[in-house]
Amino acid sequence: MSRDARPAKGPLIYRQSIWTRLTHWIWAACLFFLMLTGLQIFNAYPKLDIGKESGFEYDNSIFEIGARQAGDELQGFTRIFGSEFDTTGVLGVSNGQVRAFPAAVTIPSNQDLATGRVIHFFFAWLLVGTLAIWFIAGIANGHLRQLLPRRSDLRALGPEIADHARLRFHHQRRYGALQKLTYAGVMFVLLPLMILTGLSMSPSFNAVAPFLLDVFGGRQTARTLHFLIMLALIGFFLIHILMVLAAGPLNGLRSMLSGWYRIDPEPAASAQGPAGDASAPKQLFAPEQRIDHEPRSGEAQPADRKEA
Amino acid sequence: MSRTNLDRRALLRSGVLGASALALGGCKIFDDATRQGSAMRNVFESAGELTYRAQRLLGGKQSLAREYSRDDILQSQHPNGSVFPESAEYQALMRNDFRDFELAVSGLVDNPLILSRETLLAMPARTQITRHDCVEGWSCIAEWTGVPLGLVLDEARPRANARYVVFHCHDAIERSLAGPVYYYESIDMIDAHHPQTILAYGLNGAPLPVPNGAPLRVRVERQLGYKMAKYIHKIELVESFAELGNGKGSYWADRGYEWYAGI
Repeated sequence: MSRDARPAKGPLIYRQSIWTRLTHWIWAACLFFLMLTGLQIFNAYPKLDIGKESGFEYDNSIFEIGARQAGDELQGFTRIFGSEFDTTGVLGVSNGQVRAFPAAVTIPSNQDLATGRVIHFFFAWLLVGTLAIWFIAGIANGHLRQLLPRRSDLRALGPEIADHARLRFHHQRRYGALQKLTYAGVMFVLLPLMILTGLSMSPSFNAVAPFLLDVFGGRQTARTLHFLIMLALIGFFLIHILMVLAAGPLNGLRSMLSGWYRIDPEPAASAQGPAGDASAPKQLFAPEQRIDHEPRSGEAQPADRKEA
Repeated sequence: MSRTNLDRRALLRSGVLGASALALGGCKIFDDATRQGSAMRNVFESAGELTYRAQRLLGGKQSLAREYSRDDILQSQHPNGSVFPESAEYQALMRNDFRDFELAVSGLVDNPLILSRETLLAMPARTQITRHDCVEGWSCIAEWTGVPLGLVLDEARPRANARYVVFHCHDAIERSLAGPVYYYESIDMIDAHHPQTILAYGLNGAPLPVPNGAPLRVRVERQLGYKMAKYIHKIELVESFAELGNGKGSYWADRGYEWYAGI
């Protein structure tokens, strides 16, 4: 029961603007539908090829999900770089049906490429539209700058990884180095790459920007990259959920719903009374992280006063 | 604090319950909302109109599909969909090596045409090595030779109210009670006059084979494969799709695919 000992509460700060919160939940829905309709689309040609075209009379695939008749039974297989695995029941054959990804992870549940495409492109537009809104709002309110990793973040990276490995999370005003690198990686690298590899599959867009085909190494390589970046985004999603659960899901949820986030108490500050005493020493944190701790943007300060 | 712990536990539990319910039910919960004709489906489909407008805005009338070199042709063109039309009319044409083939150009034109195979072969031709992208996801590079559709249209003189070029085909993928459902496709006047839009009769330096659409198929290089109708016997210029199939302007559009297949 010693865990129940109530630690001193830190102040609530206004951390997430309405733009960030709105777009965050729209993206959550977008990624959900894009992924499951994407798997539906993949099922129509359950192979990943490298190059400009697909090999029918030669083999240029690195990944394939298929099915074959083995005696009385249907056998599902998955081939990765020439190594084959029996995946009957999940990939290739599921519920006695021949289909690459099973009904549980495709929208719609039955094999329906037309519907999968219609929904995929709807949410692709929604994602691009909300990304544009977020970028513009982020430039205006300084959120983008908060996400960009700086030199001090790279120096803080070592201690932060060590703390994360021990599941010791710091709830600070600013994003930590790992958070910055992760969010910046998703927002500035993975999502733009997702959009560009997606557009590279469009024959009409190929005529608008033919160089994209060369950048990604051909339409089929672009398709393969689109799939691999999807896996990276799923990886991000899983880690994101785990980190939210481990670091305090209610505080995290509150900040993404209302904007208000409770940061760790500042021991010296709470003893002295007035908050915002940035010069007070703080043993819990790596010294490098203090750099990010001075109040800068205007929005955080009223919150401090409110708590103090 | 104990209250908070309870909240956390409750949250976790409901999250796990929700996730497992979703996994057990599969994605069936979205099937009704996405079905053709549902109100949500119409909202989803509105994005197709946005795609069409955006791509027309960016690509304009003349942006060209990439053309490849002979070195990029590594295999024969992969056939898909219909590969052997069964109608008696087509079978008769095929037996005679399509020597009796005629292409009709009709509808909203001032000068309806009947073009024989010799006439088509004698018209100025264009040869292009392009990539065929199937809606399923695969691609295949091949060399296509044919008459620019624009030249044929210039001769037929479309009327001012002609908005779409419809391709009527010999092949039927399915049969209904009323008989075979023949394949048809349509494109707008922009794609019809696009320099790479050709009525192809040659593939990789040889006459177009039957599985690839002999004797005549259209190439619409900035769209997906299903727009490039095979086994064409009639071209019709229309103002709307109301009189055709289920009114969506193409065999596959009638079955839920986008009419515009630029992506």
